[in-house]
Amino acid sequence: MIKFTLKEIPTVPLETEQLTPDVLATLDHAAIRALPAFLGKRRHAIQDFFDVEGERSDQIEIHGDAGRVKWIGRAMTRGSVRVVGNAGMHLGSQMKGGEIHVTGNVSDWAGAEMAGGLIHIRGNAGGQIGAAYRGGTTGMRDGTILIEGTAGLEVGMRMKRGTIAIKGRVRDFVGLQMKGGTIVLGGGAEIRAGAWMTRGTIISLEPLKLLPTFLYACRYQPNVLRVIARYLEPLGFPLPVDSAVGMYQRYTGDSAVPGKGEILVWNPHGT
Amino acid sequence: MLRIKGGKVYDPAHGLNGVVQDICVADGKIVADVPPGCREIDAAGLFIFPGGVDIHTHVAGAALNFARAMTPENQRQATKFFHTAKRRTGIGGPTPTTFATGYLYAGMGYTTVFEAAVPVLSAKHTHEELSDTPILDKGCCVLMANNEILLDLLQQGDVERAKHVVAWLIWAAKAYGVKAVNPGGVAAWKWGGNASAMSEPVSGYSQVTPLKIVSSLARIIDELKIPHPLHLHCNNLGAPGNYTTTLETMKALEGNRAHMAHLQFHAYGGDDWHTMRSESQAIADYFNAHPNLTCDAGAVLFGNAVTITADGPWQHLLYQLTGRKWGNIDVENETGCGIVPYSYKGSNLVNAVQWAVGLELLLLIKDPWRIFLTTDHPNGACFWRYPEIIHMLMNAAFRRERVKKLPEKVLPRIVLPDLNREYSLYEIAIITSAGPARALGLKNKGQLGVGADADIAIYHENPDGEYMFRYPRYVLKGGEVVVEDGEIRHQMGGREFIVHPSYDPKIEDFLRPLFQQQYTMSFENYPVELERLEHPIIHPCE
Repeated sequence: MIKFTLKEIPTVPLETEQLTPDVLATLDHAAIRALPAFLGKRRHAIQDFFDVEGERSDQIEIHGDAGRVKWIGRAMTRGSVRVVGNAGMHLGSQMKGGEIHVTGNVSDWAGAEMAGGLIHIRGNAGGQIGAAYRGGTTGMRDGTILIEGTAGLEVGMRMKRGTIAIKGRVRDFVGLQMKGGTIVLGGGAEIRAGAWMTRGTIISLEPLKLLPTFLYACRYQPNVLRVIARYLEPLGFPLPVDSAVGMYQRYTGDSAVPGKGEILVWNPHGT
Repeated sequence: MLRIKGGKVYDPAHGLNGVVQDICVADGKIVADVPPGCREIDAAGLFIFPGGVDIHTHVAGAALNFARAMTPENQRQATKFFHTAKRRTGIGGPTPTTFATGYLYAGMGYTTVFEAAVPVLSAKHTHEELSDTPILDKGCCVLMANNEILLDLLQQGDVERAKHVVAWLIWAAKAYGVKAVNPGGVAAWKWGGNASAMSEPVSGYSQVTPLKIVSSLARIIDELKIPHPLHLHCNNLGAPGNYTTTLETMKALEGNRAHMAHLQFHAYGGDDWHTMRSESQAIADYFNAHPNLTCDAGAVLFGNAVTITADGPWQHLLYQLTGRKWGNIDVENETGCGIVPYSYKGSNLVNAVQWAVGLELLLLIKDPWRIFLTTDHPNGACFWRYPEIIHMLMNAAFRRERVKKLPEKVLPRIVLPDLNREYSLYEIAIITSAGPARALGLKNKGQLGVGADADIAIYHENPDGEYMFRYPRYVLKGGEVVVEDGEIRHQMGGREFIVHPSYDPKIEDFLRPLFQQQYTMSFENYPVELERLEHPIIHPCE
């Protein structure tokens, strides 16, 4: 295991694209300390900002408030990253495999355009989680993002495959232009959920204020939810699937595009 | 002074096919000999080519800048050029920045490039970007076939005055040649139409047809003795069945010279997208029999591209077909422009046919002096992927392996599997350097004879043509080593080639009132000042 301890919170964002298991797995201690990190536009070394312990491992731990440290785990394909504290923007951006666990909060663009692996955030997340970068046609292509707290704008924007599950409330435009995949909203969402979605599923356990371009279809208990629930439950994200307790209201859309996506809203009996 | 010692020289302009001899350089030119004791490069076992010349590319100007802004997703994935003591910052990808354009071209042995489409109205912008593009010598073609002043003169039958207007516009744009894009079609696009039928009047005119525009412009260019013939982007680009339009256009030239741009995009048969097929054989047969024509391939490679063309109606159709982003620019009374990012996929029947047609034309057109390697960058593929095409041209077995990966239903629609021709290094030197230089009338480019510019690319021998031509051992520009083993060693500014055809100065009295009525720019501000160009070289029209 390689342990990085942040010496102090950087004054401006610190870009550390090298803090990934793929890069660190083969490097000795001196090489890791000498890896480049950009403070603003100025090039420095990792050792200028972190105390480093360990070498040659694809198991990484980062300690300290790394809320201004960007690109942790960028494009990683294996191993694990554990952030004890907060993490900055672009955490796990374009990652293809491995796991990232964060005990604190993360900023925007976590898991943006990721194609595989797991990101588990114990705190809150910013916006554009699992989203496509500006100009890109496709966001998250596969993998799983779990958020125990809340999340910001445009979660899952243009995602094509994979799963995002959020226990807290999310802000506007969740699933914007979604093309596929699944978003689970444990705490509901602000306005315009699923805007311009063409395919994919948004599951909300709280009532949603939907766009008028989503049409009510039926109230039912989809079988596929049992599969999703079986996957999410061991990860600490239970889904209600007992039809004796309630059913899901299905809305289809976004007919403004027109799209064939669906929004499933949990509707307990008697409500 | 420099002596490049003992390399195998491929200089088709002088018939040298792998002859071992020294190349001597002094004051930026190739000379017969240099005194003993001057600097030497030991080129024993290395292959020496004249620096590459790209006759048709899109690397500067307002449209390209629009495309750069439209496609941040490409730039995030592109090669980054970090600032060093010998290099400035840049980004590669399908729409490289100006500095990166210079580095990427020079990095694979190209030293001269021609920006293919420049409206006069935005020519200042283009020249500023060309000045900013390091290492390379440059030139550009000015867009003319939808200029409404010119079309009005053709409508009135006043070809003589049109000739003076063409000459004035070339000098106003500080251009080297004239490009015709979808003649009449872009003018019609401004009213929501196109010009698909070659013999029917263009929207808004009774006497002007696309064929009349083509034949008139080709004749005018020849009469003005512009060194490069009319650079012609035919009507109906990209459309199934467009090969008949291309044949009709070539016949309308009536023996005048023309350079058929990105011919691949104009060689399709079939009635619709489902029946689209290659007609490269029919195009090549006509082409082989008519020496007044040259062309560039405009080959397609699978992967990301950005389509940028003055052919506005085609771009709107492409946008409707793909649902991708679409940019549309109106350039007042002269032309237009459309931009659509695009991805060519091997699994797509249309794209697979396009991929095959580019290679077929390169293999079916017999005379390498009349077809040149291009991808219509960044329309068919990025220019820095030329070595991939070179390898396919040189290796029929490799080509067949690639064909096997195409969908089976493509095979009856193409002739590529039947073609066994393999390019030699000598022929590669022609299609990448000597041929385009000759077609452009650049006597000091594309050759290694005494007096030529010392633009030289030196390669390691490698059976993998892609590797060989992607990583030159040395690249010299004007006698300076600018690239060594993939690293930029020296960065200098390039020169710009322009022409100054003669015209009646009184033509300005005709043009000035038209400008004052119709343009948003004043007449005095319209022409590009000569001082704006860095190191302009005025090429004679003779």
